[in-house]
Amino acid sequence: MCLGVPGKIIAIYEEEGLKMGRIDFGGVVRESCLDFTPEAQVGDYALIHVGFAISLINEDEAAKTLAILREIVDLDDEIGGHPQEDTVP
Amino acid sequence: MKYLDEFRDEELAQGILAQIRRVLSRPWVLMEICGGQTHAIKRYGIDQLLPPEIELVHGPGCPVCVTPLEQIDKALAIASRPDVTFTSYGDMLRVPGSGRNLFSVRATGGDVRVVYSPLDAVRIAQTQPGRQVVFFAIGFETTAPANAMAVARAKELGLDNFTVLVSHVRVPPAMRAILESPHNRVQGFLAAGHVCAVMGYWEYPAIAKQYDVPIVVTGFEPVDILRGILHAVRLLESGRADVENAYSRTVTPEGNRPAQALIEKVFMQTDRNWRGIGRIPMSGWSLRPAYADFDAELRFDVAAIAPQESPLCIAGQILQGHRKPLDCPAFGSECRPESPLGATMVSSEGACSAYYQYAGSAAAAGE
Amino acid sequence: MSTNNEATDFQGLVCPAPLLPQDHIEMAHGSGGRLMQGLIRQRFLPAFENSALSAGNDGALVAVTQCGRLVVSTDAHVVSPLFFPGGDIGRLAVCGTVNDVAMMGARPLFLTASFIIEEGLPIETLQMVLASMSAASLEAGVQIVAGDTKVVQKGCADGLFISTTGIGALLVNPDEIGGANARPGDAVLLSGSIGDHGIAVLAARGDLGFEAGVASDVAPLNSLVERTLETSEQVHVMRDPTRGGLATTLNEIAAQSNVGIVIREEAIPVRPAVQAACEMLGFDPLYIANEGKAVVIVAAEDAPAILETMRAHPLGGGAVLIGEVVAEPPGRVLMQTRIGTHRVVDSLSGELLPRIC
Repeated sequence: MCLGVPGKIIAIYEEEGLKMGRIDFGGVVRESCLDFTPEAQVGDYALIHVGFAISLINEDEAAKTLAILREIVDLDDEIGGHPQEDTVP
Repeated sequence: MKYLDEFRDEELAQGILAQIRRVLSRPWVLMEICGGQTHAIKRYGIDQLLPPEIELVHGPGCPVCVTPLEQIDKALAIASRPDVTFTSYGDMLRVPGSGRNLFSVRATGGDVRVVYSPLDAVRIAQTQPGRQVVFFAIGFETTAPANAMAVARAKELGLDNFTVLVSHVRVPPAMRAILESPHNRVQGFLAAGHVCAVMGYWEYPAIAKQYDVPIVVTGFEPVDILRGILHAVRLLESGRADVENAYSRTVTPEGNRPAQALIEKVFMQTDRNWRGIGRIPMSGWSLRPAYADFDAELRFDVAAIAPQESPLCIAGQILQGHRKPLDCPAFGSECRPESPLGATMVSSEGACSAYYQYAGSAAAAGE
Repeated sequence: MSTNNEATDFQGLVCPAPLLPQDHIEMAHGSGGRLMQGLIRQRFLPAFENSALSAGNDGALVAVTQCGRLVVSTDAHVVSPLFFPGGDIGRLAVCGTVNDVAMMGARPLFLTASFIIEEGLPIETLQMVLASMSAASLEAGVQIVAGDTKVVQKGCADGLFISTTGIGALLVNPDEIGGANARPGDAVLLSGSIGDHGIAVLAARGDLGFEAGVASDVAPLNSLVERTLETSEQVHVMRDPTRGGLATTLNEIAAQSNVGIVIREEAIPVRPAVQAACEMLGFDPLYIANEGKAVVIVAAEDAPAILETMRAHPLGGGAVLIGEVVAEPPGRVLMQTRIGTHRVVDSLSGELLPRIC
């Protein structure tokens, strides 16, 4: 439900009492509301849904997840598990 | 893009798949609740990769699909008024009401506009004081804070020309409804990551225990989805009805407190009809009395609307995981994305649309 | 050439109040009278400078030195906003038709252009569009030899609509190149990144409030096409994937040729900003419009040479092999995804709407 896209906060400002920010989605910039992420700082990554940051990306958790997954892959290589061929429909 | 591309990696996906194959000993039925996940599963062909023992059934988490017909008919009636500028998220424009959609209202002179954010609708109201601006506030918990903010802003700004047509739904009551159905086949849930980003997942352990069903908070990229499946299969294989978070870069157990607080301030829980599924008690949100001035249903007289659903459409059974799009005799023939009978063929998150788009007429032809 | 002397040069039974110099288009500019003549003489003729047009007759007399067959194509151009990064409606109107003619394996020679102008359009805007058309036709090596203007009341058009018709001389044997000619084993080439035009225009429109830093790719592809045809005699299909994007174009070819087409997601060039805009709005770049890209389907053995030719051309620097033609399943386009699976790529259905939920 709900397309959420991670973007980097490149500016923070206030507009009519709302905490707003400019979010860089890898080259595309859009204004978004940061009122739900009061702790947000420039440089943080936020998950944006319909023009609102609903969560800040926890970069440590992301790195940890990738490290764990990487281990799974390496482990798999050691055991010699062979990914099966995909079937073409 | 950072935090997307890393989670679309083929090597990681294959690694997780190998793990899934290793822990799997028998068939399991999992439901991905969110339509965004259904879309990703079809777009990346994740279901082709999975061992045949794992069946994914598609959940009701497509806000466009479950918005009840009567709300769409109300939207059509309001949008047709000459004094109204009707604003909506893009997907809702094609959803069929009883016989027509917002596109046809626009074609016959209605002022219907697509907005990216509900704050854009508030801005339109500010710049057009002479017109009634109505926003179609649909969505699950993910979208509720944004829609609540639009209403709160309108109140702060003292806008007397802005109202919302609310059709908000909540995930936990739908999960319970699915699990209580006598036809239920779901043995484990992939919970919708972005709903949990807002609400957290503190409500889920009670559901998991009560119905003996593991729940894994899951993201939207291929690696995230496969990881969610791996967690769910592990829990099922070890007989544990636990809740796990496989989307920890975005979701915390408690969720987004400020967002929850604003939802609580603006909305209250209410019974809600789900299109194709029926009434689920306390499964939705409506405006609190303090915000009644911003309720489009009160401002415009739309109470007497009596909707009519296509008799061919089986969207309701699909949304509950009882049947799949290919079971529908109208799929790909009477019902196509350009002329949908039911909402599941409209939204690209809808299961029927996702099947049509990514399995194409191949699926319709039974290949 | 007359200057602004209409202001005082009135005659007959008209109110002797002087006409003021206009800076906006008025209904009278389309009335067939003096104001219209002035507009044509001062704005259109100098921009499109050529003898066939300046002869001022009801039609253009043109000489076609190549004998053989002519290719004729026509296209109506509407775009909002009229100016966007990388182009404008004038450049679009020239390139769109030039490219349609070129994709047939022809050398575009002449264009005609008809303008539907909304009352109130600033004349300076019109002037800028005409200058852009002039530059684009120079770039493409074509002449705009006939034209027409109509003015409609305010609200009856969106600023300016331009229809162009193009005439070109066929450079290949008839039936050699066409949508029905793709054969199993052929290579599918693409001249560069997809989605630039659609995203540039959407961003420029401003409705969705995003800045993309992407320029439209709108460009005349006829010289790229000619170099390609000089390189290989085994080009089977050429198409420019405009509205509906690459996905829709490939589906058309698969259906016309009754073949399957398999493309690789990873091979298809998409600029990061276009990809990002698509992520944000829930679009798929495969469905976003292009105005300066060519799909070339060619016998596999000639693919490397054509890629080399295309890459040496300023409009084909990003040319790549994106897939191949297969026998089965006929009429379908399949894509090998980033994670190694295959999925069907369908044609665009309906209007492309931002997917928000």
